[in-house]
Amino acid sequence: MSAHEFHSALVPPQGIWWQPAHRQEKTWIAIAFAWCLVLFAMMPLWHFRGGQNPAGIRYRVKPDDYVARVERFVTDYKVGEESGIPVVAPPPGADVYLLGRMWQWYPALKLQKGVHYTLHLSSQDVNHGFSLYPVNLNFQVVPGYDYGLRVVPNRAGDFRIICNEFCGIGHHLMVGKVLVEDAPAAAGGRP
Amino acid sequence: MTTALSSIAARFRTCPVTGLQVNRDSEWLLRANAVIAVVAMLVGALAAIGLVLTRWQTIHLLPADLYYRFLTAHGLNMLIFWVIFFEMAVLYFAGPIVLNCRQPAPRLGWFAFGLMVVGAVMVDTMVFTGRADVLFTSYPPLRADSNYYLGVILFAVGALIAVSLFFASLVVAKRERTYTGSMPLVTFGALTAAVIAVITLLHGAAVYIPTWLWSMNIGNIDPEIYRMVWWGLGHSSQQINVAAMVSVWYLLGGLTVGGVVVNEKVSRTAFVLYVLFISMASAHHLLVDPGVGPAWKIWNTSYAMYLAVLASMIHGFTVPAGIEAGQRLRGYTNGLFEWLRKAPWSDPGFAGLWLSLVIFGFLGGITGVTLGTEQINILAHNTLRVPGHFHATVVGGTTLSFMGVTYYVLPLLFRKRVAFWRMAKIQPYVFGGGISAMAIGMILMGILGMPRRHWDSSFAGAPFPVEIHPAAELLQVLFGVGGLLAATGALMFIAIAVATVFFGKPVTAEALASGASGIPQGVLKLPPQSYEGPPAEALHKSGVRGTVVLVAVFFVCFIVYYFTNWAMLSFLWKVG
Repeated sequence: MSAHEFHSALVPPQGIWWQPAHRQEKTWIAIAFAWCLVLFAMMPLWHFRGGQNPAGIRYRVKPDDYVARVERFVTDYKVGEESGIPVVAPPPGADVYLLGRMWQWYPALKLQKGVHYTLHLSSQDVNHGFSLYPVNLNFQVVPGYDYGLRVVPNRAGDFRIICNEFCGIGHHLMVGKVLVEDAPAAAGGRP
Repeated sequence: MTTALSSIAARFRTCPVTGLQVNRDSEWLLRANAVIAVVAMLVGALAAIGLVLTRWQTIHLLPADLYYRFLTAHGLNMLIFWVIFFEMAVLYFAGPIVLNCRQPAPRLGWFAFGLMVVGAVMVDTMVFTGRADVLFTSYPPLRADSNYYLGVILFAVGALIAVSLFFASLVVAKRERTYTGSMPLVTFGALTAAVIAVITLLHGAAVYIPTWLWSMNIGNIDPEIYRMVWWGLGHSSQQINVAAMVSVWYLLGGLTVGGVVVNEKVSRTAFVLYVLFISMASAHHLLVDPGVGPAWKIWNTSYAMYLAVLASMIHGFTVPAGIEAGQRLRGYTNGLFEWLRKAPWSDPGFAGLWLSLVIFGFLGGITGVTLGTEQINILAHNTLRVPGHFHATVVGGTTLSFMGVTYYVLPLLFRKRVAFWRMAKIQPYVFGGGISAMAIGMILMGILGMPRRHWDSSFAGAPFPVEIHPAAELLQVLFGVGGLLAATGALMFIAIAVATVFFGKPVTAEALASGASGIPQGVLKLPPQSYEGPPAEALHKSGVRGTVVLVAVFFVCFIVYYFTNWAMLSFLWKVG
């Protein structure tokens, strides 16, 4: 065998093929590995330094119990009704309970810009997908699990919640509403 | 004794092109699996046309129930039946045929094939009669007819048997010394695909058997645990595809341009990385799920610090490097890119290989790693970006590479000249161009927040009106035209494959000698499969500079796309 021999992937290599790689190959592997470490480091880093993480508060809940919790939330803070769906305006800092069910997001929400809420998501029946449109904030909604996410709306506007997990024939009708208003001047504490 | 020997000998033929000893049992099993794979592709492609013409809102062809039914059928027939039947064919090739050995237990092979066909027919029957409108993932508590789950189980059991026959062929070849040295890289890659297939199918059993029982009201299924275990099947099966596709890349590199394995150690280690870290694959489907916490998500979604991504980035270098090396060894040594310019672009085997490599890497790989980042997934989960990504990997990558290798399988193993040869030469470009346009359209619509698996992009009848971004409406045209082009490419492929198998002219010695049409250049004149002496020394000095430039471009694209996504994420609501 000469010093350097090459063969295709169809040829059984003879002898010891555990040979050192060419310099170019080694360099690329080193760069690729370093890049993989960057990719890996970004995720924990963002938990410490970034503002958007899917951590949340997570626990199991019976669908019926969750529905009851949502109803209490609606009774407590209901301010109106739109398209037959109650509109609810929770105070800043409140726990907000949103229910996904075939084929409705219940209730509609009225929030204030720049204040934090704990947004709970769960389902009464099958999997649903919470997709705040057009902000593009997406979470899986799984029956039997409560996903409590601390959110701070960062701009005022009239947003939609689209369902983006297939949930049956009426899936496309499942559109909810989140209205975000500028916080009253007094709440900001500045003139 | 002599009669026994001669009857064994009668089961073999010598391939006039490659010199391989091809046993007829494996050859027939390969043919049967490949033919059914193409039938599944036909079903999937016809469904795809309905889907494209429905999501393209100006046409909006199908009613909602048929849309979801076709979507279910499209996923199963393409992602499971087409790909896995074809992979069984790949295993029959990479095992007994490449290793020159007899087919172990051929009858068991036919039994496995039969089970898979019965399972697939059961599943399709349930889907098309409306008894399984649960989409590909069948997340409980959505429920299908119990025969749907049983069909999937039968198919999986058949596949498991066929995979074990591949392992058996490795043992037979080693024991009977049908080759010397180590197994070729193509076989090694197929072996990793087969190991991953076993892991995948065990996850499949763990999820589908309880779900089947549940569909008959026995026991309970937790929706979140189902999602975790199901994706152990659903995503790992894509890793079978990746390993099989990369093996096919290496194979086609050798057959089309005499491409070489630049370094056996590097390529094999990369394949092993796939096996080691594959079982974590379900994680990145659960990144914005309530069932698991951040530490679990970060460790698993990264496949233990992105070591499987590292493997793909290594193959992303070694495959084009092997092609460049082969071309340089054959004399295309000028400048950085003579090897690429003078590649056999009108050979659909080579075109399929190269387009598959580029689409998989640039469109599929970069978007996939980015999507699978814990926080960036908040931006992308279940939007059209997800199917945009996997149409680039599984369709533009895996399927296109399988199409490319089919142009070599037809003359070498069906021993037929490829029909409609002029159409075959452009088919990879039509299909690859179409699927790329479609995937880009989907990815951009997803960035604008458009949901996947959704019948009505106008949201008519919803309690609150939804204003669609005007750019999304424009992108639907890109998506629609790309999708139709891809479907056209798929139908061209099916027409070519069917016409060749059933009506093709035989590959004869005269046809090979006279350079008849319908025989790819690599079959007409097989490029050298091994090299030594001065050209090999020269190559070792010059290296593969063209590939270095290509991976540098790739790397820059990767960095830009990845960090652009972090920037987009930082504009969102605070959430945590």
